[in-house]
Amino acid sequence: MKYSLNVNGKNRAVEAEPEMPLLWALRDSLNETGTKFGCGVAVCGACLVLVDGQPVPSCQTRLKNVGRAKVVTIEGLAGREARAVQQAWRELDVVQCGWCQSGQIVSATALLTRNASPTDAQIDSAMNTVLCRCGTYQRVRAAIHRAAAALASKGQS
Amino acid sequence: MTPATSALLSHANRRDFLVRSGALASSLVIGLYVPIGSRAASGPDPNAAPVPNVFIRLQPDGAVVVIVKFLDMGQGIVTGVATVVAEELDADWSQVRYEYAPANAAIYANSMLGVQGVGSSTSIPSSWLELRKAGAAMRAMLVAAAAKQWSVAPESVTVHQGRVLHGASGRSANFGELAAAASKQPVPRTVALKDPSQFRLIGSRQVRRLDSAAKTAATETFGLDVRLPGMLYAVLARPPRFGATLVSFDPAPARRIDAVKAVVRTPYGIAVLATDTWSAIKGREALRIEWNLQGAESRSTPAMFDAFRKLLDERGAVAGQSGDAATVQAGGRTIEAEFEFPFLAHAPMEPLNAVVEMTGSGATLHTGCQFQTIDQMAVAQELGLKPEQVKVVTYMAGGSFGRRANPAADYVREAAAVLKASGGQRPVQVVWTRQDDLHGGYYRSMFMHRVKARVLPDGAIAEWDHRVVGHSIGEGTPFGQYMIKDGVDYTSVEGANQLPYRVGRFRCDLRSPKKTVPVLWWRSVGYTHATFAVETVMDDLAAAAGKDPVAFRLAAMKDEPRLAAVLKLAAERAGWGTPLPPGRGRGVAAQKSFGTYVAHVAEVSVDARGTMKVERLVCAVDCGIPVNPDLIDAQMEGGAALALTALFYGQITFKDGEVEQNNFDGYPLLRFAQMPKIEVHIVPSAESPTGVGEPPVPTVAPAVANALFAATGRRSRKLPLVAAGIKVLT
Repeated sequence: MKYSLNVNGKNRAVEAEPEMPLLWALRDSLNETGTKFGCGVAVCGACLVLVDGQPVPSCQTRLKNVGRAKVVTIEGLAGREARAVQQAWRELDVVQCGWCQSGQIVSATALLTRNASPTDAQIDSAMNTVLCRCGTYQRVRAAIHRAAAALASKGQS
Repeated sequence: MTPATSALLSHANRRDFLVRSGALASSLVIGLYVPIGSRAASGPDPNAAPVPNVFIRLQPDGAVVVIVKFLDMGQGIVTGVATVVAEELDADWSQVRYEYAPANAAIYANSMLGVQGVGSSTSIPSSWLELRKAGAAMRAMLVAAAAKQWSVAPESVTVHQGRVLHGASGRSANFGELAAAASKQPVPRTVALKDPSQFRLIGSRQVRRLDSAAKTAATETFGLDVRLPGMLYAVLARPPRFGATLVSFDPAPARRIDAVKAVVRTPYGIAVLATDTWSAIKGREALRIEWNLQGAESRSTPAMFDAFRKLLDERGAVAGQSGDAATVQAGGRTIEAEFEFPFLAHAPMEPLNAVVEMTGSGATLHTGCQFQTIDQMAVAQELGLKPEQVKVVTYMAGGSFGRRANPAADYVREAAAVLKASGGQRPVQVVWTRQDDLHGGYYRSMFMHRVKARVLPDGAIAEWDHRVVGHSIGEGTPFGQYMIKDGVDYTSVEGANQLPYRVGRFRCDLRSPKKTVPVLWWRSVGYTHATFAVETVMDDLAAAAGKDPVAFRLAAMKDEPRLAAVLKLAAERAGWGTPLPPGRGRGVAAQKSFGTYVAHVAEVSVDARGTMKVERLVCAVDCGIPVNPDLIDAQMEGGAALALTALFYGQITFKDGEVEQNNFDGYPLLRFAQMPKIEVHIVPSAESPTGVGEPPVPTVAPAVANALFAATGRRSRKLPLVAAGIKVLT
């Protein structure tokens, strides 16, 4: 089947089976490898992408169900929340191996987009589905708070 | 593993070294040759004339490219190595870049391992002087070049933050402007290294990770992200039990999938090759395979532990002993403790993978390569090439925890075998799914310990008899001859066979039953289980003697000032001895491992329903001169998460020979909300630096177990805790 996907604001043609997960269309058909494979069963969060603004595991999103939805991957993240998140990530050196970080950043960006100043409990709830084997969680939390603070101060100016 | 594998090194013959290093030098922007004073004893010739400086490349634009021979799997070693070089070079951190070294054991061997590779937290300790000398020699040549150009005395030329300066005349130049001239300067015979008081980058928290930007933007290319023209994706159907063999298979259903291009048999399994990973996986599911299970491991986990338990009744090889029973005072109280530790999978977040392609001159391996020498040889063997015909391109690795450092080079070997079986026309990327990873073996071995220890009323430890049963990592590998001595694989008993505490009569025995399941080092190796046994028994002895756990350890400790210092520091910063609310407890553990001293104090809470939560971890670490304090913090933070995962959940179990865990639902990792607050305190030190990759792990679990004991009186000696019926807050 031929599909025309809206990925990061561009129309991208993919020819694949209807059942193929979006993850593999991104990685293997479109060479957009920023979205990572970790488990294949939606329990680790490494493959999170935004579909119409909502974080979803691309490993469980079938091509046939994507339609014309707007898919945003880590490569296409834009906007003030994404910039604030990525800047805070760099300033605090959050990453270790880095493999899960696309999922962490996509998830954190989605959180701050809907809630500009989350509490620790809200961060727990939003980030609990993204696994990190290196154990960067403490810095992820600190970076989300830092990004929220940066957004708040920029928002006033 | 020390001068291990020098046998393997014989493959990297000297003529090859000269040829390859010449080729390498000519590819450099400037081909500098400087003496590297700390040549490895295991290198080709310790008295060899100056060898090429392949650690630094100065670019015309002023960038300093540090060439890194160690894989970064998250521990931050590219930043660490670059910091050490840049310090002696007096580079500005903003101009520092990195790239990975090619495989060439003759010049890039790890002097503590004997091969090109990294493990056992050896990167910084093995290269500390080598890298400093390389940086200092390059600096001296820049100074000499500037002095000549400006017709001034070299002594009057200084280097400061990436600029070469002549104060009297006000002249200055950047490294790029001087690079070509510097390359023509004679190599200094000796170089002066900085006094640590002069360090600007080493020890500074202003030095940030070199890999943050690319990993944050997800522009970093990992092994699994390698995309080559025409490349096929492959997955393998491997035997369902360890030791099973292939009888027959029908590839037809797999071949009916359009995207599947080939189904091939290799010595390691049946590979399905497709134009995308998902189709390869679908193709594998469609295969019809008959396996021969005769002779394969077919037991279940309880039977495996029963077999180990029987061995605990017998004496084993002596791994350590001291003292004399005849002189030991009688009386006191005896603690008898039996421990069960399960198999553990490394489960790095980036599933295992390797790309191999044929090239005009041989083949190229693309992977997050931790053992370049071993992996290069494995590909060469599979393809019938000489090692020097195999080029190795190293990528950032999405975790390892030991899994990528395999003497058997299993997943690399597989990829080469698939390439060969498929004809070699198209590059092949072998991908492991998470299930492949959890089923694939090379686990931390299951272990059992049985400790019988006696403490006298005054707190002196009279006797300590420690029996260990577990599989040997070295057995059956080329590393075995260096790892196993008198029947003892030291990686099975490290942490148990030499205690930092005074014991009247001490003995440690080891039994290593023959492997039926492949095992491997898992971050902090023997200490993953030994420290848990020793440091929880120490707590039991303290309780038996009515002593405070910190005071009891300090009183029993041999002359170990650095270990005592981290123990005291952690206790002090954790508020040891201050009152806690009901339902809370503190626990402590300390261990020297891989040259680094670490202590943890854990604080746990247990609610009315008996659910445990780790509230806080306080860590003190002495790793000599702290090269990158923020990276040390990061390792301590992350190591705690890995250790808590193993303590709470970690277990690979077997049912009739088949692994029961298929993914992260059955093999859970610590989640975001479970991460306790962790505070790291680094001991200032002038000692040579030691590594921080492995050492964060050993003391976390026993400190938490001791805190649980303090809070509830419950003592679990069977791991993980969830298997022992202890509830953990999710």
